[in-house]
This record gives sequence, C-alpha cells and structure tokens, in this order.
Amino acid sequence: MSRGQTETIVSRKEGHSATLASRKYKKKSAFLESWNRLRTNPGAMFGLIVIILMVLLMVYSFMFITEEDVMAINSANRFKPPSAAHPFGTDSMGRDLFMRTVYGTRYSLAVGFFSVAFGLVVGVFFGTLAGYFGGWVEEIIMRVSDVMASIPGMLLGMVIVAVLGPSFLNLLIAIGVSNISGFIRMSRASILSVKGSEFVEAARAIGMSEFRIAFSQVLPNSVSPLIVTATARIATSVLAAAGLSFIGFGVPVPLPEWGALISDGRNYLGRAPHLTLFPGIFIMLTTFACSLLGDGLRDALDPKLKQ
Amino acid sequence: MGNTILEVKNLKKYFKSPRGMVHAVDGVQFSIERGQTLGVVGESGCGKSTLGRCVLRLIEPTEGEVFFEGRDICKLKKREIKELRKEMQIIFQDPFSSLNPRKTVLEIISEPIVFNKLMPGASRAQIENRVLELMDTVGIAERLINAYPHELDGGRRQRIGIARALAMNPKFIVCDEPVSALDVSIQAQILNLLKKLQKEMGLTYMFITHDLSVVHYFSNDIIVMYLGQVVEKAPSDVLFKNPLHPYTRALLSSILVPKVGGNQDTIQLRGEVTSPIDPPDECRFAKRCDYRCETCEGSNPPLVEVEENHFVACHCVKPGENLLKKSGAVSAS
Ligand SMILES: Nc1ncnc2c1ncn2[C@@H]1O[C@H](COP(=O)(O)OP(=O)(O)OP(=O)(O)O)[C@@H](O)[C@H]1O
Ligand SMILES: [Mg+2]
Repeated sequence: MSRGQTETIVSRKEGHSATLASRKYKKKSAFLESWNRLRTNPGAMFGLIVIILMVLLMVYSFMFITEEDVMAINSANRFKPPSAAHPFGTDSMGRDLFMRTVYGTRYSLAVGFFSVAFGLVVGVFFGTLAGYFGGWVEEIIMRVSDVMASIPGMLLGMVIVAVLGPSFLNLLIAIGVSNISGFIRMSRASILSVKGSEFVEAARAIGMSEFRIAFSQVLPNSVSPLIVTATARIATSVLAAAGLSFIGFGVPVPLPEWGALISDGRNYLGRAPHLTLFPGIFIMLTTFACSLLGDGLRDALDPKLKQ
Repeated sequence: MGNTILEVKNLKKYFKSPRGMVHAVDGVQFSIERGQTLGVVGESGCGKSTLGRCVLRLIEPTEGEVFFEGRDICKLKKREIKELRKEMQIIFQDPFSSLNPRKTVLEIISEPIVFNKLMPGASRAQIENRVLELMDTVGIAERLINAYPHELDGGRRQRIGIARALAMNPKFIVCDEPVSALDVSIQAQILNLLKKLQKEMGLTYMFITHDLSVVHYFSNDIIVMYLGQVVEKAPSDVLFKNPLHPYTRALLSSILVPKVGGNQDTIQLRGEVTSPIDPPDECRFAKRCDYRCETCEGSNPPLVEVEENHFVACHCVKPGENLLKKSGAVSAS
C-alpha cells in the first residue's frame, strides 16, 4: 500500500512544476461569457454608459469644481435661463446650476454605492446565517427583517435622520438600513436553493465547519442574484436619497444634492422651470440606467432564468 | 475478527416529522472486513442513505454504536471527527449536485488537501501535481484541470467526485448509489474503476444501491434493507443462490433474465407499503407479503442466523425449516 502523498510527489519530476498544468489550459471565464451576453443587450449597455458618464462627471467635479464655486452667491445673475455661459441657467441666488448639478453627482453616487454596500454586507451576512442554519436563528433574523421591511423606506429613513440629525452620513446610514431586509431575503432564498446539495455534504465530509461551508461553499453560488439585486437597489436608493433631501431630511440645504436642488427650484416652477428640470433629468437618468443595467445583468448572469 | 474495519451495532436514526417519528434506520447491525465490500440494497426511501451518513457521522445517529477500527465514532469530539474524516469518505449519487458549480476541477480536488493541510509545506506546484496524479488515477485527462463541472458529462463528474474522496487517502468509502444516475455503459466503467481502486489501495466499501445486479458483481456480503431494518444478510453468492426472505426473492426475481422456454415468473409486490412513521410492532413487510400469517402481525421478527453467515428476519424462515418452500414459493435458483 503506497498511499503516502510524500512519496508520490517525489516520484513526479521536479521539472514538471515549471509548467503548471493549470496555466497551460485556459480557464473558461464566467465573467467573459456574461460580459459577451451583456454586450448584446442595448438597454443594459445604455445603462452602463450612463453610469460611466455619471462617474466621469463626478471625477470631473472633484478635479475642477470647488465648494466655493457652487456656493458663491451672485445676486446680479439670478434666474438666468440656460445659455452658453450657464448651460443649465442660474438659480435664485445667481449660482450656476450646471456646476451645482454636476457637483451633486457625488452625493447620489455615494448614496447609491455606500448605502447599497452597507445593506449588502449586513443583509448577506444575516441572510446567509438564516438560510443555512435555519431554526431559531432563522426565526429571529426573519422576524426582525420582516418588521424592517414592513416600514416604508422613506419613513424609516425619516425616523433615523430625525433621531441622528440631518447630515450626509446619517442619510447614508438611513438608506443603508432600509436596504438590509431586501438582501436578507434575497440571500436566504438563494442559500436555501443550494444548501441541500450533495456538494455541501461533501464539504462536511472533508471536515469543514458549518460556518465555513455557509460562506465559502454555499454563498458564492448566490453571487449572480445578489449582483442583480444590488444594481436594482442602487436605483431605489438614489431616489430615496433625493426624496429625503427634498423634504429636508437629507443633505443640509445649501449643498447641491439633486433632491435639494429640486426642492429649492419648486418655489419658482413657473418663473424658472429649468431649476427643477435639470436635476430631475439627472435623477431620472441615473435610476433608469441602474434599473436597465440590473435587468440586463439578470439575463446575462443567469441565462437559464430567461428561457 | 481482528480484521474488522467497521462494526455497526443497533444503529437507529429517527427524524422528527409533523406526523410523528420517521424510523429511517431502525436497529441495524453489521460489520465489514478490511478490503471487502458490503452491498446495501433496498427500495427507495428504505433508509440506505441515512444509514451511510450515520456511519460517517455526517448526521448524528439517534442511538447505537459505530466502531471504526475499534473506536466508537459516535463518542468522538469535534477535533477527533476531523481526523476521522481522513479515513472515511463518501461518493454521491447525483454527479450534478455533488460538485460545486462555482469551482474548477483543480479547486474541487485540491480542496480536501489544502483544507486539511494533508501536504504540509507543499508548494502550489506540488499540490497541483498531486491533483494531476489523482486525475490520472480516476481517468480524467490533464487538460480538464481548469474545467467547471457543467462542462463535463456525468461519468467524468462522477470520476471527479471519486478523486475528491481519494484525495483524503481514505481507508473506507461509502458509495451512495454511485452509478444509478449514469448511463448503463458508463456505469460499467465507473464500477470497474471502483474495483480497480479497491484492489490497488486496499479500500473498503459500503456500496449502497437499489439495483441488485450491481451489487452482485461487487460485494462480498450483502444486506437487504426494508423500511429501516435489515431483513436479510448473507454472502453475495449465497444470497443470489438461496434467497430466503420474501422481499429479497421479489427483488431478485425482478432482475433474473427470463430463459427461453422457462416459466420464470417475476414476483409482483402488491399491497400498501407500511409507513415508516411510528411503525407498529409487526413485520414491516407483512402487508405486502404473500405468506403472512398471524405471527407476522403479532411481532416484528428479529434477524436470526438460519444457516452459516446467512441471517433472515422472517417469522416463516427458521433454522432447519422453511415454511415458504412448503407453501410452494417460486424457487429463484
Ligand atoms: N433530513 C430528513 N428529515 C426527515 N426525514 C428524512 C430526512 N432524511 C431522510 N428522511 C426520511 O428517511 C427515510 C429514508 O430516507 P433515505 O434518503 O435514507 O432513503 P434511501 O434508501 O437512501 O432512498 P433513495 O433510494 O431514494 O436514495 C425516508 O422516508 C425519508 O423521507
Ligand atoms: Mg439515497
């Protein structure tokens, strides 16, 4: 019986290791396959391009627009309609709306990214525990999640901001918290669909702990639905942030968050409609782009679902 | 007896269900000699897989003892179980759900080695060489090392499942219906592979199947299970030549090749299957048995040795007398 590994390794030539077989044979990239499917979806590509443009605008604003540029009051320049000098016109205090809107990109993108990331990390952690371990762990997590889901996101956000005080960070937390329960349910459902698989039992048979199995074997199988959900949640989060800012629960007033811009402009709807129009278009474009991309990703990541 | 690798005593596993306790495994007893194969046969739902998982302690038995190389594995602590995993492995039925779809062949086969630090201090290349060697052992081409399971057919997937089990260097493997999901031609290849591995590595198998023709080819001893209990236990040849339990006869008659001119009838099982949920104290096969009498409904027959190494649990079969023969039962020889 020669079952010691050490002998068998020695018996293979050392020189063999110079060309690893895993390098020699190409791995079929799941990412490339999905990308090729996504590329042929015009809606998703439109969404992706819009999102990239938004990110570029944000980078531009960080490099070329200072806080002074967007806050300086110029009473001689009030309510100017769009022109070459002011592409989006000026507001009630003579500030350039183009600069303010572009400057505001950072808030919406930050909310979209960080609040979803927060909801994702927390939600997936608890959702995975609930789905994999079941029992009272699941019972407690799901009850709490149901309670959170039953409170409308806006209301939950208002309560959290009311308690913590209006600031951008608190807005992030408020929306992040309202994102949690969606991810809990999503990840729990996809965990349930694979946890009975024999490969889970195989992992147990090589001595893995249940916790490790849950996160290293089972969770990676729910990556696709999570990406899809995350993209869709970005849209709702951007909208919720704008909504909260609109009613004064978000980014403090003079800062040019898109919702705050609309809130400011609604007082002059007849006189200067551009004040609400341009920030509105930006909100719409961003949320629409994320929804389209989310739909496209669903088809691209899991072609079986489409049928 | 010194060469017994596994001994199971009065093993029970009950599952809770809304309507009562499911007696999935109910007082099973057997032992396996080193290097041999024990076949476990029985229809779907009779508790074969549950038995296999209890023996590996992948699930906790409700009651009973499992001695592996003399140690009762039901009493081991967590850390000791982890050591035990290196000795005992399992091969699964469904090659489509037994491999993680997110992992490549290399990752699947190397995982047991890396996770259990089976090759301490080995470089990536050395581990990879070991994987290539295992792939070679089970007959998988080197070029598939980076393939994902969905790119492979059932037979290849099953080979990878076998390689993963071998990566632990086990002494004992539970094969849970390893060929039932495969085409007949591929079944033979996998069976030959398992047999070859057994010979080369001195492996001991517990071979679960619902197909008697498969175990005949494979096993030294066979146990026949019915609703969580062993109804007959005998060396493979004896069981095929002289099946004594009515259930075994029915199973056997269904696989015998009809001879030209012969009047070999298959035995049809009729009647309702006793529920495994809190079964009453009567012969569990009685409701489907052509030979049932009052004794059968009075108590559950124990497993008794009717001839050397041949155990049967039937009220109508006792040492030296076989009431079934008298009532003109079909001879299955
Ligand atoms: N986790 C569980 N919870 C409750 N009941 C279970 C569980 N696992 C198995 N059972 C029940 O135990 C009995 C035996 O199941 P088992 O899977 O061991 O049968 P089997 O002989 O392997 O069948 P098959 O040939 O279909 O694989 C069945 O009645 C089944 O419903
Ligand atoms: Mg089974």
